[in-house]
Amino acid sequence: MSDLLNPTLGNAPYDVMRVRQDFPILTRLVHEKKGRAGKPLVYLDNGASAQKPRQVIDAMSHLLEHDYANVHRGVHFLSQRSTDLYEATRDKVATFLNAPSRENIVFTRNATEAFNLLANSWGGRFLQAGDAVIISWMEHHANIVPWQLLRDRIGITIKVVPVLDDGSLDMAAYEAMLTPEVKLVSIAHASNVLGTVNPAARIARLAHAKGILVAFDGSQAAVHQPVDVQAIDADFYIFTGHKLYGPTGIGVLYGRKELLDKMPPWQGGGDMISTVSFEKTTYREAPYRFEAGTPAIVEGVGLGAAIDYVTALGMDAIQAHEQRLLAYATHKLSEIEGLRIIGTAPDKAAIISFTMDGIHPHDIGTLLDRGGVAVRVGRHCAEPLMDRFGVGATARASFGLYNTEAEVDVLVEAVQACKAFFG
Amino acid sequence: MFDDLRDLYQEVILDHGKNPRNFGRPAAFNRTARGDNPMCGDKIAIYLTVGEDGTIQDLHFDGRGCAISQASASLMTEILRGKSMKEAEALFGYFHDMCTKDEDEQGDHGSLDEDATDKLAVLSGVREFPMRVKCATLAWHTMNAALHGEATTSTENASF
Ligand SMILES: Cc1ncc(COP(=O)(O)O)c(C=O)c1O
Repeated sequence: MSDLLNPTLGNAPYDVMRVRQDFPILTRLVHEKKGRAGKPLVYLDNGASAQKPRQVIDAMSHLLEHDYANVHRGVHFLSQRSTDLYEATRDKVATFLNAPSRENIVFTRNATEAFNLLANSWGGRFLQAGDAVIISWMEHHANIVPWQLLRDRIGITIKVVPVLDDGSLDMAAYEAMLTPEVKLVSIAHASNVLGTVNPAARIARLAHAKGILVAFDGSQAAVHQPVDVQAIDADFYIFTGHKLYGPTGIGVLYGRKELLDKMPPWQGGGDMISTVSFEKTTYREAPYRFEAGTPAIVEGVGLGAAIDYVTALGMDAIQAHEQRLLAYATHKLSEIEGLRIIGTAPDKAAIISFTMDGIHPHDIGTLLDRGGVAVRVGRHCAEPLMDRFGVGATARASFGLYNTEAEVDVLVEAVQACKAFFG
Repeated sequence: MFDDLRDLYQEVILDHGKNPRNFGRPAAFNRTARGDNPMCGDKIAIYLTVGEDGTIQDLHFDGRGCAISQASASLMTEILRGKSMKEAEALFGYFHDMCTKDEDEQGDHGSLDEDATDKLAVLSGVREFPMRVKCATLAWHTMNAALHGEATTSTENASF
């Protein structure tokens, strides 16, 4: 393990202690009460939402204090300023995903809304009764329910790729499912429960060979590793800002331009139109056609700052750091008798779901919390997957760019204490 | 590390959590309901035998959940055996208040079996853990649904 503990990344070591200083919340104590010292926060719930660096907080405050006005519609100084800052994020997202152009980038409220946009606009126009959409057993509800709503409305079918015992996608089953009625494959790039990173390029290649489009849920992948939508040849790619150290209220749908251009609007109102009369309204070009009404201006600027932040650190460096944490934590947790890790695929993002013999995850969560360790417990918005692994719920530790090996030690110690408590 | 957690996880709770009483689906019952807490994945079923005079002659539960929800269900089955529907409802009201409200805000639930309220007191610690209140009350909500002939209940729909 010693090489895991003494990283050097390229030339410059990843200085996690330096990085932590950028996150004001990480210095706070939790559960302070009179007569009781607080516990340092060990934040391992990054999969649910990540904490924000000073740079993001400042960019948002600065906008509000100096540059704020509505966007896209004013001729005055501040409106121009606000528009420039907000629209700059579209360029940053394009670069972040290696998209061909800013016009591939549609802003949404979050990943969930991006899937609803995709199902309603693309699905509503291009799918009909009898067509099929492939999802997988490891999807978040955000990539299940919009397709079910569409199924109930127009009669598509939904096919589900099984998951193997180690948490990998069953690629053989997937290949066999690519039949003529399938029009779209919509699959997680990385699983929020298992951590599995799915072979996106291969998934796309196999689908494209049959003329089938592919959408990826990058909510958990884009935060842990570099993503190149052209290299994996994604037709659509979705992620959510708040897991990428940005604010809530802003998400992204990347789409190939020729696909976006053919998709109808899905919400109507201001900002998305070219001309409006009571007889006929014409719509703006993509991506603006999909952005009705005043957008999340402050959040958009915050997301831009978050992308600047992770880009400056380097997604490669972040990935290497988190992979070291993952290896270390997996090793340490595996040593605990009665602890079962759900999701042991070879290619994983830094997410560890686990259960413990005789202790319900909810109780684990409450105990760890008292030790200052924040983890998520429950079904993780992935109920079918819980059933697949025969567990009602799991506890999940998900790591971020600011977590440390010392924090893994606190987690492990708390898990051991938890075992002793209920033992 | 967890000293103050003893308020929540008292010995009685750990014991009932590990060795739940009246656990399992009985051969005979005349009312049942299932309860679900979607947030944490707890699922429970309550099986009641209610006599013609409205007395709860027998009750059992099964399902899975955390120590709090299992212990609460187990304690409930002990407490409610032999109680009338009216008494069961009053105890539910009392218990619900105990889990959710400060002492001076708890309502008047009439004269209650002191043995029962003493037993329930071990769960009063959940008041300090708002995220865990639903765990403690799930069995009671489900029991109430069974008494009133509703087949399923979900803590998502219940008001806490
Ligand atoms: C894999 C995955 N997809 C989608 C989502 C939904 O993200 P949001 O709630 O921001 O729309 C999440 C977050 O919980 C997720 O983990």
